[in-house]
Amino acid sequence: MATTTQKTVAVTGNHAVAEALRQLNPDVMAAYPITPSTEIMQQYTTFVSNGKVDTEIVLVESEHSAMSACIGASAAGGRVATATSAQGLALMWEMLHIASGYRLPILLACANRALSAPLNIHGDHSDGMGARDCGWIQLYSENAQEAYDNTLMSFRIAEHADVRLPIMVGMDGFITSHSIESMQYLPDDVVKKFVGEYKAMEPLLDLDHPKSLGALVLTDYYIEHKRAEHEAMLKAKKVIQDVSEEFAKISGRKYELFESYRLEDAEVVLIALSSAAGTVKDEVDKYRNKGVKAGLLKPRVFRPFPYEEVGLALKNAKAACVMDRADSYGGYGPLFMEIASALAPYRQGGPVLFNKIYGLGGRDLMPHDIDQVIDETIEVAKSGKAKILKDYMTIRN
Amino acid sequence: MKQLNWKELPLAGVVKEAGNAETYHTGSWRSSKPRWIPENCIQCLFCWIYCPDTAVKVKDEKMTGFDYDHCKGCGVCALECPGKKGSKAIVMEEEGK
Repeated sequence: MATTTQKTVAVTGNHAVAEALRQLNPDVMAAYPITPSTEIMQQYTTFVSNGKVDTEIVLVESEHSAMSACIGASAAGGRVATATSAQGLALMWEMLHIASGYRLPILLACANRALSAPLNIHGDHSDGMGARDCGWIQLYSENAQEAYDNTLMSFRIAEHADVRLPIMVGMDGFITSHSIESMQYLPDDVVKKFVGEYKAMEPLLDLDHPKSLGALVLTDYYIEHKRAEHEAMLKAKKVIQDVSEEFAKISGRKYELFESYRLEDAEVVLIALSSAAGTVKDEVDKYRNKGVKAGLLKPRVFRPFPYEEVGLALKNAKAACVMDRADSYGGYGPLFMEIASALAPYRQGGPVLFNKIYGLGGRDLMPHDIDQVIDETIEVAKSGKAKILKDYMTIRN
Repeated sequence: MKQLNWKELPLAGVVKEAGNAETYHTGSWRSSKPRWIPENCIQCLFCWIYCPDTAVKVKDEKMTGFDYDHCKGCGVCALECPGKKGSKAIVMEEEGK
């Protein structure tokens, strides 16, 4: 299916993302180092020093400033990217809303990491989920290959005239960002052609057409602007599908809104984001070999969330466990809430749902942990009832 | 002015027309109002310089009064007004009196 010769390499997720950014060659990148995403910018600034790219690097004093600089550069008319994790993304929070409200197609590579306190540098999704409502498109990647591919597709999605929204590409901190994996790089010229020239919309540096961005609106216009943002998000779904289709033609790797693994006839379903999905697939195979109709649904696009498609894919299952690597204290995990919404139209006859919070702060999720979840999901399927709707796993009780 | 619905808005609310704040009337925010007393005015134009909006009307280099469609009643003009021999040429009065 692939029409191009690809180079097989052994690299970390961070290196893969840095390589994707090199091939994208943004006009401006502004960033502040934070574990575990630091290596992305470290690698990228090496490309700059060695003359491999012509990006203007802005080194700033904080992530708030990094995102502010990105916003300025993007509003001026440049193609702009940055990278961060955890506290860095949290510190950007105010500016994340400005980026989306200004409809600037900025790319942010996020090595997902736990939020403090307690201070922790390891991988979970609390940073990305905390930024859920900031108006950014969110893609989550299972491994280095997906992080590379999603990054390559990002500008095409974000910059589409129907969308014009910033985009965040997540991969699991350390588990993916720092693990060396075998994967494939596309040739530079193929990427260059795929991404294309940047067409700025309403750039502030178009001096023949002076304009203002960021004017005050009060009770008279705010809700209209927000409604327009929601519409752009809804339209992003189709654009993501189209761009992914086109990407499959150059890479041979086809991405959907979510990955369905042995899901077609599955009665017992696990739902998990990012790296955990890899281990779940192995265990699904194991149970399939034992005659259990197990399957996995791995969301790739978290915003806009494909409710309708997910609902259709899950409605015939008997039981489904939604595994969250982030928590909402006093609530359900963020992924669970989306899956429950997606299944709301199938309240009669849909799968019995329950929620497991796992792996916070980088706690390992081992194959035997997943076996326990599958066993419990089988029980729930049999009884038609979940004993505990939300529970924690990979925890000392 | 007809208000646009959400489908009609320009992307990100970009303002392409220079100086169109003139059509947006902010005078209703005012709780106190400057009153000009021409006989005390020495035409120093401090009020015009200090006004954070463009609410001091000037014609042929002379202060001619206030644009109450835009004056928000901040009182900077009255504070800065040196007046004539200690008598202010601008005083603030409660709105609606």
